[in-house]
Amino acid sequence: MLIKGSEAIVESLKANGVEAIFGLPGGVVIPLYDSLYDADIKHYLVRHEQGAAHAADGYARATGKTGVCIATSGPGATNLVTGIANAYMDSSPMVAITGQVRSGLIGTDGFQEADITGITQPIVKHSYLIKDPKDIPRVFKEAFYIASTGRPGPVVIDIPVDMQLAEIDYKQPSRVQLLGYKPTLKGHKRQIKAAAKLIAAAERPVIYAGGGIVSANAEKELRRLAKLVQAPVTTTLMGLGSYPETDKLSLGMLGMHGTGYANYAVTHSDLLIAVGARFDDRVTGKLETFAKDAKKIHIDLDPAEISKNVPIDVPIVGDAKNVLRDLLVELKKLDVDPKRTRPWIRQMNQWKKSHPLQYKDLKREIMPQFVVEEIYRVTRGKAVICTEVGQNQMWAALFYKHTNPRNFITSGGLGTMGFGFPASIGAKVGRPRETVIDIAGDGSFQMNIQELATAVNYNIPVIVAILNNGYLGMVRQWQELFWGKRYSETCIECQPDFAKVAEAYGALGMTIKDKKDVADALRTAIKARKPAVLDFRVKQEENVFPMVPAGKSITEMIGGHK
Amino acid sequence: MKHTLSVLVENKPGVLSRIAGLFSRRGFNIDSLAVGVTDDPDISRMTITVDGKEQPIEQVTKQLHKLINVIKITDLDPHNTVARELALIKVKSAARNRGEIMQVAEIFRANILDVARNTMTLEITGTTEKIDALEKLLEPHGVVEVVRTGRIAIERSEK
Ligand SMILES: Cc1ncc(C[n+]2csc(CCOP(=O)(O)OP(=O)(O)O)c2C)c(N)n1
Ligand SMILES: [Mg+2]
Repeated sequence: MLIKGSEAIVESLKANGVEAIFGLPGGVVIPLYDSLYDADIKHYLVRHEQGAAHAADGYARATGKTGVCIATSGPGATNLVTGIANAYMDSSPMVAITGQVRSGLIGTDGFQEADITGITQPIVKHSYLIKDPKDIPRVFKEAFYIASTGRPGPVVIDIPVDMQLAEIDYKQPSRVQLLGYKPTLKGHKRQIKAAAKLIAAAERPVIYAGGGIVSANAEKELRRLAKLVQAPVTTTLMGLGSYPETDKLSLGMLGMHGTGYANYAVTHSDLLIAVGARFDDRVTGKLETFAKDAKKIHIDLDPAEISKNVPIDVPIVGDAKNVLRDLLVELKKLDVDPKRTRPWIRQMNQWKKSHPLQYKDLKREIMPQFVVEEIYRVTRGKAVICTEVGQNQMWAALFYKHTNPRNFITSGGLGTMGFGFPASIGAKVGRPRETVIDIAGDGSFQMNIQELATAVNYNIPVIVAILNNGYLGMVRQWQELFWGKRYSETCIECQPDFAKVAEAYGALGMTIKDKKDVADALRTAIKARKPAVLDFRVKQEENVFPMVPAGKSITEMIGGHK
Repeated sequence: MKHTLSVLVENKPGVLSRIAGLFSRRGFNIDSLAVGVTDDPDISRMTITVDGKEQPIEQVTKQLHKLINVIKITDLDPHNTVARELALIKVKSAARNRGEIMQVAEIFRANILDVARNTMTLEITGTTEKIDALEKLLEPHGVVEVVRTGRIAIERSEK
């Protein structure tokens, strides 16, 4: 079949199961957009390409499918960069398509030329610059395969405009052939046996679960493991929802803003079972004291993560779901005595009493933590929660009881302000029947506020719940605690009326100043079935506690004691 | 200890830049790098030497492995490899020391490629140590320029 390159792109997208695309056109992608014009793939026109990348990322995290975004060459492509880096750091499957100047012009500083494969090289799983239009079907097939398998990540495809215009004999390749890419999915038998032995012998085990559980859809296996060996479970920020926080074995999040009991448990454990987590500095604090008396098992898809930061006793490379399944089989053979961890669980419960998650509630003034708790109560814990970055993110992580994977979408590795709102648009597109709420900060929301137009345009009814404290709150908190309260450039002195801004875009806008109105506002927004912005005026100088100062051991917490 | 990594890569545009970029991004240093096609024109071999004392060699190879275009990495065992480097050395020479330089060249089995009024250019192939030694001996005469290829290496076959 002889078709144009741009049509081959659309056919390839369809062949790879793409249903939704986020993007914004420009000169060198006009042919591609012309082919999209009457294709049956839904395209969402964003208002800034960064929004397209984050929306594709949010869509991917909410659904497990690969997110797709499109931008034109030069500034369009560079506007995607933050979004690509964000997807890379959090291992989110994404294919970013960029237009490029015609191939003969490459290297001459042509109009809107930017070397996007070069610029993104350190932040992609892989990238392509198409130099022969015949390669289009193969490149797309490979790109989707690479993005979604193994440790997922973003793949960039840069396509010069003449490649889109050329005619090719279109044929979908039957399979992917990549000499240098064969992820190890099955865990090594002997290693799994060794791990099972350690687990059966441990008296103070802790499971430390990360985003790998979510991307491998291994939550059921994780639950079975915890139950079988009666080990408490702590999750990273990326792992929230992979283990239900309503369960008595749950310790919530660990690390810099982790719960006291999670940090104590890890520190005093005799065995740490890390699954799909990468010993990030925000988790470990001072490396020398992190779980220092514990033997360590590390299950991860990426061999490069093993022993990168912390030496590991039993490494197992493989997909979390596969490995946990095999591990469960081995453990059953060993007849693990569930009673042996009873004193440990008792200790855990004591820590939960002595170091509870808490805040001082006020009579009328709205506490930010209270808003998060109300969101949990009103949605019965069933909402898809996205967050921005800063205090809002940490309160959303700590005070919402996360029970389901893919229901907490946050920028973990890169900490990108402005991620949450476009990500919530992507999440809602992927899961239209569910309530999607972006727990936002007043600073972060303004970084991609223009996407209100996108949400209204396609009537994507997401709710933005701003915990408006008038500050770049998290930075202010550091200044308060470690820099003598010198609030250099963290007080947002001039702020728009968010409710009016929302209305101007055609969304619902509300300002909430009294505690008693919080739940009603949320209910109204959920019922409105249109995009809504709730401006919660919260206590301004509230801090996120507990907090471990950077570089300290994770038991050296500020706050969080009873 | 110096490690010699023999890396098979797909012969595609941008591969060298991906590898070089990875080293700099992860804070690893490359001591030398030599690239050439193999008997299969679709596959190139990069021979990279790195200092194992200064960087965790395991992290280097694992990160390299993650590049899609990298097919195979071998950390060559020095006892079981033959390694060579080629160097061109331009040294100052006047009529009075020309003989001495030629003698040194002969001992090292270096070829003399060019003789000019004030300089001579030598070509030498050998281990890194041998080339270093020659360079040192020539230093008193005044070394004008040294161009080295970086190490290439191949595993010995079983005897
Ligand atoms: C794009 C970007 N710029 C700067 C930062 C640094 N930073 C981290 S948290 C934060 C404050 C965020 O303010 P706001 O959105 O109001 O959230 P709050 O902490 O007040 O809840 C800043 C500036 C960042 N994470 N991302
Ligand atoms: Mg704020």
